[in-house]
Amino acid sequence: MTEESNIKTQPAKGEPIIEISQVWKFFGSLTALQDVNLTVHAGERVVIIGPSGSGKSTLLRSINRLETIDQGTITIQGQDISHCRPHELNLMRRNVGMVFQQFNLFPHKTVMQNVTMAPRKLLGLTKAEAEERALKLLQKVGISDKAAAYPAMLSGGQQQRVAIARALAMQPNIMLFDEPTSALDPEMVGEVLDVMVGLAEDGMTMCCVTHEMGFAKMVADRVIFMDHGQIIEQGNPERIFNSPRHPRLRQFLEQIL
Amino acid sequence: MASETEKSADNESTGNIVVLTTQGPQIPKPWGKRIISAWSISLMGAIITLIVLCTMWPDPYLDVLTFLPDGILVTFEVTALAICCAVPLGLLTGLGRIAKNPVINLGASTYVEIIRGIPLLVQIFYIYYALSKFLQVSSLTSAVVAISFCYGAYMGEVFRAGIMAIPKGQTEAARSLGFNRFQTMFYVILPQAWRTILPPVGNECIAMLKDTSLVSVMAMPDLMQRGRSFAAKTYLYFETYTIVALVYLIITLLLSKCVAIMEARLNYYDRRK
Repeated sequence: MTEESNIKTQPAKGEPIIEISQVWKFFGSLTALQDVNLTVHAGERVVIIGPSGSGKSTLLRSINRLETIDQGTITIQGQDISHCRPHELNLMRRNVGMVFQQFNLFPHKTVMQNVTMAPRKLLGLTKAEAEERALKLLQKVGISDKAAAYPAMLSGGQQQRVAIARALAMQPNIMLFDEPTSALDPEMVGEVLDVMVGLAEDGMTMCCVTHEMGFAKMVADRVIFMDHGQIIEQGNPERIFNSPRHPRLRQFLEQIL
Repeated sequence: MASETEKSADNESTGNIVVLTTQGPQIPKPWGKRIISAWSISLMGAIITLIVLCTMWPDPYLDVLTFLPDGILVTFEVTALAICCAVPLGLLTGLGRIAKNPVINLGASTYVEIIRGIPLLVQIFYIYYALSKFLQVSSLTSAVVAISFCYGAYMGEVFRAGIMAIPKGQTEAARSLGFNRFQTMFYVILPQAWRTILPPVGNECIAMLKDTSLVSVMAMPDLMQRGRSFAAKTYLYFETYTIVALVYLIITLLLSKCVAIMEARLNYYDRRK
C-alpha cells in the first residue's frame, strides 16, 4: 500500500538523484542564482554553506519547487520538476522531505496529528497504521512522550524534532534541511543535530543549508560554498575547511570560525 | 473598552491580525472574572427594565411583550437562513478574492464592490419589488437572498483577511509534504484562519440579526413588524418601541456571549502547560 503510493522506490546508492543544471533565478533585478550546476547522488550528504543572501536557501527551496526557477532544469529521480504538471509535482514532493528554519508545525494539531496527517490523507494509511509509524519516528527523534501535546507547549528543539519526524513519515528518499538550527537557542542545537547525524548514518540522501560547521565536518560527503548566487567552491569537508582555495571562501571561514 | 485593549494585546502576542468591525456590539471577554462589565450592565439593565415595566404597568407593556413572540421567531428564522447562506457565500468570496485565476478574482472583487456600495434597504426593495416585474418571489426568499448577498460580501473580506493572516510557512510546510492547494486550504489554513475569522463573523451575524428589522418593509411579520402593527393599532409608540428595543438588545447581547464562548473554545491549542 505505502510502497506503491510512493512514486519511486529507493534508488541504488551512488546513482544521481538530484540534477540541477544551468539554473538561474531572479528576484526583480537581483540575481539569486546564476548558472548553478549540481548533481547529488543517492545516499550522499551535501552541506551548503555561505553568507546570508548567497542564494543557498533559494537553491534548496527550488529543489522541491517552493521557489520557481527562471532558467535551467532541475531533475529529481529522472523527473524534470521545472516543467511538470501540478499533480506530478505533488507526487514528487511526497518523496522529498523538507525541514524549515521556523519549524512550521501545524499549531492546531497535536504532535501525533502533525506526524500522521500527511500519511493518512495522502497515502491512505489507516489511523492505526499511521500512528504506529509515527510512534516509531517519534521514538527515533526522542519525543514520543509528547505525542498528545500541541506544538505551542514544546521547546524549539522539540518542535524541530517533531518537524523532522513529520517529514520522515512520508518515507522520503531525499531530505532537505533549510537552516534547521538557526532559530534555536544554543542549548537546543545539539539535540536537533544529533537526530540529523542519526539520519545521515541511516544512509538518507540529505541536502542541508546550515551554519553549523561542526555538523558539516562530521557528516558531509561534500561541502558546497555559495556566494552571490554561484557555487564558488566544493569538495570534501577536510579540503574545504583546511585548505580553501578561493579567497572569498577563506574570508568567509575566517569570519565564522 | 478595557477588554478590547486586553484582547488586542493577547492577539499581538500570538501574532494574529485583529479584524475589527463596528456593526455589532462588542464581543465580551469569555469567562470574564469581573461581574461588572459593559456587557453585564447592559444585559442586566435591559432585563430589569423589562421586568419592572411589565410588572408595574402590565397594561400596555405586558400586552406588547406578549404580542411579540411570533415576530421573534420570524426574526430568528430569517437570521438563521441568512447566516446559512451568507457564511458559505463569504467563504467562497474570500477564496475568490485571493484566487490566482484572474477571472474568479475579478468576479469576486466586483461582487464585493457592487454589493458594498448599495444600501441593504435598497437591495431588499430591489429584489422584492423591482424584480417582481420578471419573477415573483416570496417575502421570505427576498429577505434571505438580499441579506445573504449583502453580508456575503462583507464576510468575504473577513475571510480573506483571516486566510491571509496565516503565516506563509504553513502553506509551504503543507505543500512540501505533497498536499495540493485545496488540501492545504482545507486541512491546514482554514482550521487556523477560522479562529481569527470567528469574532468578526460572529459580529456580522449579530449585525445581520439587527438588520433583519429592515424586512418589515415587505410586511414580513418579524419582531419589528409586529411592533409596528401593535403601535399602529394602539398609537402607543413610546411603549411599543421601548419593548421592541429591549428585546432586540437582550437577543444581541446573548448572541455576542455565545460568540465569545465559541471563540474561547477555538483557542485550545495556544494554551501552554
